[in-house]
Amino acid sequence: MLRQTALAAVAGLGLALAGTAITTAQTPTPPAGTLRPVESFQSIAQREARSAAIFTEMGKVLQHPRCVNCHPATERPRQTDAQRPHQPLVVRGKDGHGAPGMACSTCHGKENFDPARVPGDGHWALAPASMAWEGKTLGQICEQLKDPNRNGSRDMAALIKHVAEDSLVGWAWRPGPGRQPAPGTQDQFGALLKAWGETGAVCPR
Amino acid sequence: MAHTLSVNGRSHTVDVDADTPLLWAIRDNIGLTGTKFGCGVAQCGACTVWIDGQPVRSCVTPVSAVEGKVTTIEALEGKEARAVQAAWDTIDVPQCGYCQSGQVMSAVALLKENPKPSDRDIDLAMNGNICRCATYARIRTAIHAAARSLEG
Ligand code: FES
Ligand code: FES
Repeated sequence: MLRQTALAAVAGLGLALAGTAITTAQTPTPPAGTLRPVESFQSIAQREARSAAIFTEMGKVLQHPRCVNCHPATERPRQTDAQRPHQPLVVRGKDGHGAPGMACSTCHGKENFDPARVPGDGHWALAPASMAWEGKTLGQICEQLKDPNRNGSRDMAALIKHVAEDSLVGWAWRPGPGRQPAPGTQDQFGALLKAWGETGAVCPR
Repeated sequence: MAHTLSVNGRSHTVDVDADTPLLWAIRDNIGLTGTKFGCGVAQCGACTVWIDGQPVRSCVTPVSAVEGKVTTIEALEGKEARAVQAAWDTIDVPQCGYCQSGQVMSAVALLKENPKPSDRDIDLAMNGNICRCATYARIRTAIHAAARSLEG
């Protein structure tokens, strides 16, 4: 009921909104992808090659719209599986939480609000510019992720904790209706990261 | 289910589902109709209220998530609010008026955080508030005028 009302109202605003919300609501969600388990990489005998292969698998998550949309190359996030620029225009701002008067929390609550398909999390925010992934190769993302000057001063243990436990990272696997979740599960992704670290954190070329 | 909301300094208990938008509670249960419904999906800004002084789209805020104090257009006060109201009046900003309570809630919130906004600051703060009558140019002029009047 809620959604019908919302859509009817959007249609009412018509021209002004150019149907942005309508398209979001009607985009069918493709089936969720999977991640290979860590054990499946044991067949790669050479440690460095195994490490790089594990990171390549992680790339399915890192380069997924759920992650890249908020690790944008510009100050404006993207949204939807089609990765169009965020509507309305919002920017990273001083601290990743938006501009004065238009913070992320103006629209994004602590949880997804499914009737209007507005996603949410306790600390909804944009990744810092140093962590931009959009338009980068997986090798570049890998180097960036390892670099404490660009990864929020995290060592491997802190990275693993961040990836395995952070609620906003975890949101990528429970994005609500209309958005494809990141492949696999947060636990699997955390396990891959750990295995990558243990095999020498080698970046794919 | 009963939810207690603090709106404009008064406590209200509303008996609605947990995922009922705050906007509906404000308009239908509490009877404050200054806050408008435009889209219901955080795309137009007509429903903007403040929670603990921060602008929030009440159409996508379920009542169960409201913890702070809600302020609606009816209870807007303070020097920034007076400056905005005066500038809106002098410059004759509204046309049909439908979007304007949302515009004013956003404009006052901007001036409280940034007393001297540039054109860019205004665009970034206000672009989530759509106006079908396209009063955008007057809104920008009026925010600058309000900012100037606050300087003195
Ligand atoms: S009615 Fe809430 S943003 Fe349009
Ligand atoms: S004055 Fe008519 S919608 Fe803004």
